[in-house]
This record gives sequence, C-alpha cells and structure tokens, in this order.
Amino acid sequence: MAKSDVKVLGAWPSPFVMRPRIALNLKSVDYEFLQETFGSKSQLLLQSNPVHKKIPVLIHGDKPVCESLIIVQYIDEVWTSGPSILPSDPYERAIERFWAAFVDDKLFPSLRLMRGAEGEEKKAVVEQLTESLVLLDEAFEKCSKGKPFFGGDGIGYIDIALGSILGWLRVTEKISRVKLLDEAKTPRLVKWADRFCADGAVKDVMPETDKLIEFNKMLMAKMKGAPPNQ
Amino acid sequence: MMAEEVKLFRSWSSPFPLRVIWALELKGIPYEVILEDLSNKSSLLLHYNPIHKKVPVLVHNGKSIAESLVILEYVEETWKQTPSLLPEDPYERAMERFWAKFGDDKVLPSLWNVFIKQGKDQEEAMVPAQENLTYLEELLRGKNFFSGERIGFLDLAFGWLANMVSVFEEVMGATVLDNQKLPSLSAWMKNFMDAPIIKESWPPRDKLITKHQALRQAHIEKEAPK
Repeated sequence: MAKSDVKVLGAWPSPFVMRPRIALNLKSVDYEFLQETFGSKSQLLLQSNPVHKKIPVLIHGDKPVCESLIIVQYIDEVWTSGPSILPSDPYERAIERFWAAFVDDKLFPSLRLMRGAEGEEKKAVVEQLTESLVLLDEAFEKCSKGKPFFGGDGIGYIDIALGSILGWLRVTEKISRVKLLDEAKTPRLVKWADRFCADGAVKDVMPETDKLIEFNKMLMAKMKGAPPNQ
Repeated sequence: MMAEEVKLFRSWSSPFPLRVIWALELKGIPYEVILEDLSNKSSLLLHYNPIHKKVPVLVHNGKSIAESLVILEYVEETWKQTPSLLPEDPYERAMERFWAKFGDDKVLPSLWNVFIKQGKDQEEAMVPAQENLTYLEELLRGKNFFSGERIGFLDLAFGWLANMVSVFEEVMGATVLDNQKLPSLSAWMKNFMDAPIIKESWPPRDKLITKHQALRQAHIEKEAPK
C-alpha cells in the first residue's frame, strides 16, 4: 500500500497522536505524518474531524477515523497480518479496554489538573495520581503474567494507552517537583516505562522530556497572554 | 460444557445497565439480575467493581467486567449468535464506537446541563445540547436505526434518549428536542421505545419523574443566589 494511503494528522507533543503512530509502527505500516501548526487548525483537520476538530485523525484512503483509542482498534482490525494489539480472548480484551478507558477518564485528567496546582490542591491531585498509578501497577502484574508488557511479549493496547502519557508524566514530575512513578510505590511501572520507551515502535515517536518542557513553557506563555475563554 | 453463569448488577433507574440488559435479551442469553441500591452499595458490588463502584457490572462465570460500552463489546465477542451488534467492517465499527463515545462524552452531559438549569442559564445550555442532537439527526438520515436496518450497538448506546428526553422535558417544563427540527431522531425514539424486548425494559415512568424532580430541585437550590 502506498505511503500516502495512510496519513496521521497530529503534532509531535501530543500523547494521543503517539498512539496511532505506535500502532502503525507495530504493524509495520508506512504512513505520512502531517503535523498541524500549533495555534491553528488546517482545512484537512476541520474537514476530517468536523465534530471535535482535534488530533489525532487517521486518514486511510479517503476515510477519516477519529479518537485515538478508536483509531488504535481500527488499525488492529485492518492490519491483521502484523502482531495483535488487543488479545483474542474476549475477557482479556475487556480488561484491556477497561484500563485504557481508566487512563483517559481518570489518570490523564488528574495529570492535567497538576498544571498550576499549588498547596492543598496540589497535594490532593498528587494523591489521586499516585492512587491511579498504584492501581495500574497492580494491573500490570495481572495483565503481563510475568512478561515484559501489559500486552505480554509485545506492546499491546494498555501499553499504548498508558505509555503515550509517559512524556507528559515526566514533564509534570520535573516541573511540579513530585515523584509520580516511584520505585517504592509503582516498581513494576518504573521498569515497564523504560522498556516501553526503548521499544522500536516507540522510541522515534516518544518526544524527549526536555523538548516537551520547552514546548510546555511556550504553551504556558501563550496561555497567560491569551484572552479569556480561549 | 460448564453451565454459564451470567449475573448483571443494576440499579432500578440507571440507563447504563439497560444497555447490557438489551444486549443480553436480544441475544437470548439467560442472566440473573442483582438489584443495587446505589445509596447503600453491596459488598458484592464493591468486590466486583472496586475501582469505580458503579453499575453495570457483568459477572460471567465469576469474572467481572465493568463499564457499559466495554461490556457490550464483551457480550458481542463472547456470544456470537445473532443478532450481531456491531458491523463486520472495521471502518463501520470505528464509526459506531466514535458516535457511542460522542453520546456519552457530549450528548448526555449537554442534556443534563440543560436539565439542571433554569432561566438564562438554561437557554444558554440549550445551544450545545441542540447542536449535539442535530449531529444525531444527520446520522440517522435515511436509516431506521443508527446501526442500519435493525437495532445494533449504536442504538443500544443511544437508547437512553428514547425515554430520558421526555422525562427531562416533563420535569423541567421545557422542550430541548424539537420534533419538527429533528424528525428522524424523533421517529427513532418512538421506534426504539416500542421495539420488542426494549419496551418491556423501561423503569417505571412515574418513579423516574419523581426521582428527577428531586434531582432538578436539588441542583437549582444549590445554584440559587444566597
């Protein structure tokens, strides 16, 4: 299939954009990465995702697929010759979907709340985040069954969902001066994180923490200067 | 073959367990209902859904699954008999998943936001709610059901609209879904409401009205200027 048959609309700092890129890499599918300019939305994006106007969007042929985890499932179902991202057993699939939803519905929103949080509020958010990460650490034990990833021998659905957040997790640790992934509380996740970031499907799309910190500085400056309701 | 044991934790009023009930009934899967009082959750519920402590929870041969849309996909993948709930084509499946998520992330919260407000606040809340409903109208154009010719995953995901919109409208004394502007959606709501199996499942309307009157009152009192 020609490279231009598969496009990902996105931006390098976005954890959600990483997800389809990792999935396509796992399946050895060539794709064109079309980056949005920060602060504006391209015509292609507005046409492909008129409902949410957000990245990532996968464009396969001329068909757009939106919402990062839905895109990952789509990739898994279309490119069946590559390694499976979701397991075949329905119960195991349900567990993976449950934890991926947990990352998006509980973990990521808490991470966002860290931005600008101070004092008591910060303490409460850190507690929430730690609780969530400890639950995921326990889930790792159950899902991996002694293997290197949530998905077993290779990267799977939860690995992609959670792993894509690692960049921003590390940025938050540095900027807010807290330890979130911790050898004492989340020992399995600490080791897993290193394995995930080193994986061939991940390392070229995982942004460096320093670059993300620079990007975050720019984001903060823009937000401070932006008019209300932006 | 081991006898199947299927249990479903639900509350009398929550629309999310209904999705699972519809799926199980449509596929003819026998199941046992465990009715929860959400103000006094059973230790069994907390055991099976320790993380969210919510309904629905499906317990199949001792293994528990939570989150209604996750459970729907589990039911579809485990019990492959007809009717199939999701289409075969991956793109069509992605579309159904996208719109189901849109329903839970946007449609429901925006309608709730109209329901708990009054006056100018409610007027403002109407705008995004009606925009969201218009997307559903466009989705349905030319089709009997969201999933096509018969009830499927997306209809089950949106099913709560069929009875809850009229409950909201009756309690708040205002219309959010204009039948004239949204004819396909109105027709779907009627069809779904009265569909075989579905029509037997609705919680008692008078109880729903009473419950939601209390909920709306509580929200309005909370927001009232002191």
